[in-house]
Amino acid sequence: MREVAIIGVGLTKFGELWDQSLRDMFAEAALRAMEDAKVYKIDSLYVGSMSGGLYAHQEHLGSLMADYIGQVGVPAARVESACSSGGQAARLAYYEVASGASDIVLVGGVEKMWDVDDGTFVLATAADQEYEAYNGVTFPGLYAMMAQVYMQRYGLTREELAAVPIKNHKHSVHNPYAQYPFEIDLKAVLKSAPVADPLRLLDCSPITDGAAAIILAPLEIAKNFTDKPIKIKGIGAATGPIALHDHKDLTRLDAVKLSAERAYKAAGVGPNDIQFAEVHDCFSIAEIIVAEELGFFDYGTAGKAIAEGQATYGGKVVINPSGGLKAKGHPVGATGVAQLVEATLQLQGRAGKRQIEGAVLGMTQNMGGSGGSSVVHILEAI
Amino acid sequence: MANSQRYTREIPHRFRLEAQKFEDGFVSLPNRYISPNGNKNSEKIKLSGKGKILSYTVIHTPSDEFKLIKPYAVAIIETIEGARLTAMITDTPLDKITIGADVELVFRKIKEEGASGIINYGYKAIVV
Repeated sequence: MREVAIIGVGLTKFGELWDQSLRDMFAEAALRAMEDAKVYKIDSLYVGSMSGGLYAHQEHLGSLMADYIGQVGVPAARVESACSSGGQAARLAYYEVASGASDIVLVGGVEKMWDVDDGTFVLATAADQEYEAYNGVTFPGLYAMMAQVYMQRYGLTREELAAVPIKNHKHSVHNPYAQYPFEIDLKAVLKSAPVADPLRLLDCSPITDGAAAIILAPLEIAKNFTDKPIKIKGIGAATGPIALHDHKDLTRLDAVKLSAERAYKAAGVGPNDIQFAEVHDCFSIAEIIVAEELGFFDYGTAGKAIAEGQATYGGKVVINPSGGLKAKGHPVGATGVAQLVEATLQLQGRAGKRQIEGAVLGMTQNMGGSGGSSVVHILEAI
Repeated sequence: MANSQRYTREIPHRFRLEAQKFEDGFVSLPNRYISPNGNKNSEKIKLSGKGKILSYTVIHTPSDEFKLIKPYAVAIIETIEGARLTAMITDTPLDKITIGADVELVFRKIKEEGASGIINYGYKAIVV
């Protein structure tokens, strides 16, 4: 297989984009990525989207987006894996380039979430519709049930849980694409509206409109497009049970661990080599459990470590320098691609005031449902 | 956003709490052709409806179909036969719900669907 690099990236501003439709957002991000790589003709297109149908009454996104980015004729398909749709789209595109089938492949992710009546219902379709959502469980409710067991078993405090969104909001202040680029304090988290006990509004990633795009090429020709290609050093993906109740241990996300092990093996590195990670902090408890499954911290200790500053600049590993899903925003199908955009910017030294000094090895982790799927990318500056 | 989910009535095993016990030990209320680990041999068992709470939460922001009853509690329950399921807690004060509490499953109305209010039934749990 050929080695694969990211040669260009593009994002829309994340937020409430009332004056942009699904295709507008996608085209804006995709055309920025193409401009970034100076690529005007692609060989293939992947679109990550969780629910164009339920959110925007639009399916068939491969055709639509190829049409609206000036690439009619290319093979194109939409990839769906709930909130990890973007990461999964990037993974499939990687293999298309690695196999030699295509050279220049665009991966975009997009979601339009504000213009919908009942977003809570749509998000719950990422859970087991017949056996979880049918009985009244919301998506935050699933992560709340993980938090309940975790807090009882490990003594994690409500204040330590709040350290995750407080840190991620602090990181987002220097991200011009972030939906909520401002700081929050403990009082704000504890006073925010209850969503599903113990989780409050400021524990939860927001509803977001937005799109992200990257361009992949074989590493051997990547320097024709950019001085700083970013090598995809390893990829790992895995599934877990669709229903949370079938997780043997409710404080664990086995798919995350498995996807990370596969990515580490493919890349030939371990958790101690990773300088920064964009991870799937859909809820505060998620970042804590994910940080443990990725091997950054021992089980039961990540909450305290994050509260002590081990996951920010100067700590053991910088987690979510972009502000994460919580503060940057979480347009579900775009998130996995947006994580790769942030990792690329960091490794290219283009992250502005949120730049991690000397960053050469980073990771992204994108999760679907309550751990039903996970995909990990390890990226390297060369 | 409602759907006409006729299968909630046409698949009676969930009303009767008829589960499967696979040879590899996995017990599943949703009937399956094969266990998650690939075992095809199972026997049908009837769940007693008795179990305990593994975790729970109180939902304050439900989807539209459950708005009228908020706040309400949902729980992950393990039955004494080893089946895991998610159910709403009913007929129980919220402060009586704890991890480890014993519960019993009961047959209840779950929700109404569509403009004509078709009733969907299922199981809920009472803390005993």
